Parts: sequence; C-alpha cells; structure tokens
Amino acid sequence: MGLLKRSLRACFDSGERFLALAFPPDWNPLLNLGALGFFFYWIVTVSGIYVYIFLDTGVTQAFASVEYMTGEQWYAAGLMRSLHRYASDGLVAVMLLHMLREFALDRFRGVRWFGWATGIAVLLLVTIAGISGYWLVWDRLAQYVAIVSTEWLDHLPFFGQPIARNFLSPETLDSRFFTLMIFMHIAVPLIALVGLWLHLQRVTKPRINPPMGLAVGAGLSLLMLSAVHPATSQGAANLAQVPGSVGLDWFYLGAYPLLETFSGEVTWSAALALLVIMGAIPWLPPMKRQRPAAVDLANCNGCARCMNDCPYSAITMQARSDGRPFEGEAVVDPDLCVACGICAGSCPTSTPFRRLSDLVPGIDLPDRSIAAIRADADAEGARIAGPARIMVFGCINAGVAAACRAADVGVVSLNCTGQLPPSFIDYVISRKLADGVLIAGCRENGCHNRFGARWTADRLAGERDPYLRARVPRARVVTLWAGRLGGAGLRREIAALATRLALLGPFKPKSPFGRAVAQGERADA
Amino acid sequence: MPSVARYAGQILFHAGFAAAIGTFASWPMYNRMPEGSAQIKLSFNHGGRRVEDCRRLTAEELSKLPSNQRRPIDCSRERLPVTIQLLIDGAPIYEAVLKPGGIAGDGQARAYEKFIVPAGTHLIEARLRDSKRSEGFDYRSRFEAALAPGQNLAIDFKAEQGGFLFR
Ligand code: HEM
Ligand code: SF4
Ligand code: SF4
Repeated sequence: MGLLKRSLRACFDSGERFLALAFPPDWNPLLNLGALGFFFYWIVTVSGIYVYIFLDTGVTQAFASVEYMTGEQWYAAGLMRSLHRYASDGLVAVMLLHMLREFALDRFRGVRWFGWATGIAVLLLVTIAGISGYWLVWDRLAQYVAIVSTEWLDHLPFFGQPIARNFLSPETLDSRFFTLMIFMHIAVPLIALVGLWLHLQRVTKPRINPPMGLAVGAGLSLLMLSAVHPATSQGAANLAQVPGSVGLDWFYLGAYPLLETFSGEVTWSAALALLVIMGAIPWLPPMKRQRPAAVDLANCNGCARCMNDCPYSAITMQARSDGRPFEGEAVVDPDLCVACGICAGSCPTSTPFRRLSDLVPGIDLPDRSIAAIRADADAEGARIAGPARIMVFGCINAGVAAACRAADVGVVSLNCTGQLPPSFIDYVISRKLADGVLIAGCRENGCHNRFGARWTADRLAGERDPYLRARVPRARVVTLWAGRLGGAGLRREIAALATRLALLGPFKPKSPFGRAVAQGERADA
Repeated sequence: MPSVARYAGQILFHAGFAAAIGTFASWPMYNRMPEGSAQIKLSFNHGGRRVEDCRRLTAEELSKLPSNQRRPIDCSRERLPVTIQLLIDGAPIYEAVLKPGGIAGDGQARAYEKFIVPAGTHLIEARLRDSKRSEGFDYRSRFEAALAPGQNLAIDFKAEQGGFLFR
C-alpha cells in the first residue's frame, strides 16, 4: 500500500507540475478537484430540473418525451440533457481523482478519517443516482440497466419474488419500478448533498467554488461537447428483444459487464469486500500520529489568531477558565487536530527572542515544539559557515529540504511552513545564525495542510498576523513553493540566494536612529 | 512562457477533458450476445402442492381442540419441491428440482434462467412436476418458436392459466 501511495503521489506531483505549465496555481485543475466536483454537481442540478419539466413520467411515454427533447428541442432541452449527462460524468471523473489524490497524499488517516468515510458514502450515492438516471430514458440502455441491476439485487435473499421478473416480457412490465426510480433519482442526489455538507464539516473555509477561470473553462468545454456530440438515446426499450449491444456510460456502468460475467456470490462478495476495505483503510494500519496541539493557558491571551488560522476547525475560543481578564481562551479538540502546527505559527507568544526557559507559546505541538525548532535553528546556525550562510526552513510534506543540507546550508524541518512564526526569520538574520532564510513548502495552492503556505505568504507580506517585521531585509528572505518535485528548484534557489547574499555582504542591522548597530548588540526590543 | 501559449494550453486541456468525457460516456460498445443468437428466459414463481394431503379430522380429534380452533380440515403448510425440465430440439438444457421458498418451506419455488440459442426455429419442450408423483409430469408444453436474432423469448408458468406461457 505504501508503494501504491508513493507511485500515485509521484503521478499527481508530475501531473500538477505539467498542468502548471498552462494554468496559474489558483486554476490548476488537480488542485481544485473538490471544487470542480461541486461545480459539476450544480450543473447537474440545474440541468436536471430543466429536463425534468419535459420528462413524461410514465414508463411507456418517457422515451418519446426524451426523444422530443433531443430532437425538436435540441437547442434547449436537448442541450440541457447533454449537459446533465456530461456534467454527471465529469463529476465521477473528478470525484475519483479527488479520492485518489487524498489517498496519495495520505490525507485520509488519523483524524482525517471523517472526510474519507463521508466521501465514500457520497461516492456510493452519486453512483446510485447516475444508475437510476439511465433508467429514466427507458431506451435499450435503460432496459439493460434495469435487467442487470434487478438480476444482481435478486441474488440477495430479501425479495420474495425476483424483481427482475418485472422485465421478463412486455406483458409483465409495470410502472411501479419506474416511479420508484424517478423518486430515487431525485432523492438520492439530495441525500448526497447532505453527505457533502457532512464531508466538509471538519475543514474550515472549504474551497467549494472553483476559481472563475477554471469554472469558465470547464463549463464552456462541457457546453461545447454537448453541442457537437449531444447525448442521445439508444432506441426504445423492447422487452421482447435482448439489449445485446449497448453503449455503456463507463463512468457509472463500468462494473456492469462484470456483474453479468461472474456469479452473484462472486460479485456480491467482491463488492462487499471492496466496500469494507475502502471503509477500513484509514485504520489499515492506524496512523502513527503526533500528539495534537496543546494550549498553555498561562501564555494564551485569547487573541483567537490560532482559531482563525487552524485549517481543520480544531480550535474554539471558550470562556476563560483561569479567571484572568482576557476575552477567552483557545481550546483544542484533539479529535480534529492533525498536528500541523499552524496554530503555533500564529500565536503572538511564539517568539524565539524569548529566553529559553520562557519559550512556551500559548499553543504548541508537544512532538515538534517551537522550542525544539529554535534549538534546531540555533544548532544549525552554529554549524554552518561561509560567506553566504543560508537557513532553510522546510516543510516535511514537501520533504525536499533535508537533501540540501551543506556546510553553508542549515536545514530545520517543520510540520508545515505555517508552523514557522515569522519572528524566526528576524531571529535567524538578526542573530546572525545565517545571512539569509529560505522557506520551502508545498506547491502554491497545494498545501498539504490546506492553508499553511497561504498564511505564511500572507504573514511575510504583512497581510496577516503575525507579521514579519519591517526591519527584516526582504532581499535576504526567499519562499519557494515547489512541493516534492522541487528538489532541483530548491538547489537553484539556494544558489541564487547565495550569490545575492555574497553581494549584500554580512547583515548590518539598522538602529531606530538610522546608524548601524554594532555587532553583538541586540536589535530586538 | 507567453500567456497566449498558456491560454492555448488551458484550452487544450479542457478540450481533452471534454473529449474524454464524451468518449467514455457511450463508448466502447459492449456486446453481450454472439451475432445471430437469441435468448430464452425461463422464469416463474410457483408453489408445489402440500407435502401432506389435507385431512378431515375425526369428531373425536375435533373435540380435543379448543373451541376457537375447531376447523374440520387440517392441512400441513409445507410444500413439495418443483421439478422442471426444459428441452430444446429434444435435448435437455435445463433440469432442476427447485426447493420451496420461505423458512418453513411453505413458499413458492423460484426459477430465473437464461439460455442463449442460435436464432432460427426451435422446438421447445417444457415440463413441470409439482405433485408427489415420482415419474412423469403434471404439466407439459411444446412450443415451436421461430426466434429472430436478438429476440428474447420468455417462458413463464402460471398454473391458473393452464401451465407454461411462451411470450
Ligand atoms: C462529489 C464528490 C466530492 C466532492 C464534491 C468533494 C469535495 C471536497 C472538498 C471541497 C473538500 C475540501 C478541500 C479543501 O478545501 O481543501 C474535500 C476534502 C476531502 N475529501 Fe472530498 N469530495 C467528494 C468526494 C470525496 C470522496 C469520494 C473521497 C474519498 C473517499 C473524499 C475524500 C476527502 C478527504 C479525505 C478530504 C479532506 C482533505 C484534508 O483533510 O485536507 N472526497 N472534499
Ligand atoms: S494564538 Fe496563542 S494567544 Fe492567541 S488565542 Fe491562540 S493560543 Fe491564545
Ligand atoms: S496543529 Fe493544526 S490542526 Fe491542530 S489545532 Fe493547530 S492548526 Fe489546528
């Protein structure tokens, strides 16, 4: 499984990089799969309501009403029908990719099991919705779907008489089932929507709308497809005929040939086994997770920055429990915390300038504390030497920094770039631990912990608390959002920064009065 | 890279995605039956006769029962299995002894079988036994079917309509 995950991850990494040639980071389709899923869902909903107006809900009349849409009404209802079909297929495609990606990035274990489990439920519901939709056309494909589905259900011992008998011959056909399918085709997508709402309960500010440029591209391309290759029916259903050769929608009906090829025991066991495995993999094996973030009340002033920055809704502000006159206190829900450390990066008390005994931020990761990060930075700073010393703060998810460690390059690893309080950059440069700082994280817009990279960029730009102080010379600070394939890019950036630093010479802090502060003097207040 | 080229790349990507969607929405065709063949589908639900014949209770037996349960006829609920035989052009293609459904063995026996045969004219013989007899059948039908390629011939069984139904 580890191998599978790694190879899939390599595929996604290369895919993202390839698409980045054409798409700006915000628009990269592989970084917007969930949002594209929602976008297609809305197209399906709107076009579905439109075509429902034209659908005759009697089993013997349905086919003609669908033909009318595609024939006479090709420019409106027909187009909507095509959009309905193709957006549903697009939904399956992006949903499967999204699932594979979350799997490849290992974002389905530990406390993230919830997104996975609700995702599986949505996947099942979407599939059932699609299958019931093909039923409603009552063409030869619908007949095929009806027969194979009911024959498959008949393997279960629940039904008194085989439900496939409904489709034995034209005489036995009755409309009960058809009515049930219409009901299901409306109800199941609505349940799926409830499932999606649940799906997003454990992430803050979920990205459910794709950026405009991507939405326009995806929407227009489906519209073009609908115009040049409209969805059509495959001839009226006729139970006196075998629907021998059918054009399957492989997105929804890909498993149907298997249902026919193998016995009921085999297909039902395989389906159940697959479901159990899919449901259980978040615990196969259980994740060796780091301990969740912990609040140190003595150092928390209730500023709520950590709550605003946590990407997983793991922090709430609650009434003060120690009687101190602050507005509230941060409380971590350990069942939601993924131990990314972004909260520690946002806390105003996480400043490395404090003396060692004091370096206990209001919120911190027990297994990768701010104090430990400072200790690493101090040690690396003492080790490196040369005319242009560089300190690399690298996120373990991008995972490329460690390889760059050298005589003049120190490397400190972070759980996420967002874990780094900006004051560390100030600290490293003003304390002359290094001449410049490089922060290496996941691809832009592709942060493993959703917002780490974005908050870091915003903090450095002075757009989000805590700011990087203005006195830090920006020429000495570089961020690189290149992800796991960024090894070569990182080495290039290091070389470029080294050249620049050599030109800049050693850092001379300016005093508030404009004169250079003598070496050794403390520049921090 | 100039941005015109990047937009072209995006258009190319979207076109490729749409083309893939459009393609696999109905292609490749899936062919389930050999050319020039037809299907016979045998399906019925039928309850065999009771294992024990109904019996008129004697006056003495009746008097032993509580007054609200005094029905003069006693019938067991359990049913006999149903034996079915299907022959095409004289050759048996299906033979089975179907157990009654239900936990108590008092339900209907079910059959649902499909056979692919070459199209053309065939003599179909169907036989069913639902009684205690050990030889012969309670129902027999012969049917000459001219099956067109792709045709689906259903064979149902309804005792109240006289036995096998070909349609
Ligand atoms: C129509 C189907 C689906 C839609 C529209 C959808 C949408 C989304 C969205 C919008 C997010 C939040 C992404 C973000 O803002 O960072 C998300 C997260 C997630 N999805 Fe889905 N999803 C779907 C199906 C699935 C399926 C089938 C699975 C897997 C079985 C899945 C697994 C996950 C996981 C594990 C996360 C959490 C990622 C994290 O912890 O950072 N989703 N989904
Ligand atoms: S950021 Fe720090 S001080 Fe502010 S509420 Fe969170 S733990 Fe408390
Ligand atoms: S470590 Fe990450 S997930 Fe946990 S509370 Fe802090 S910001 Fe939230």
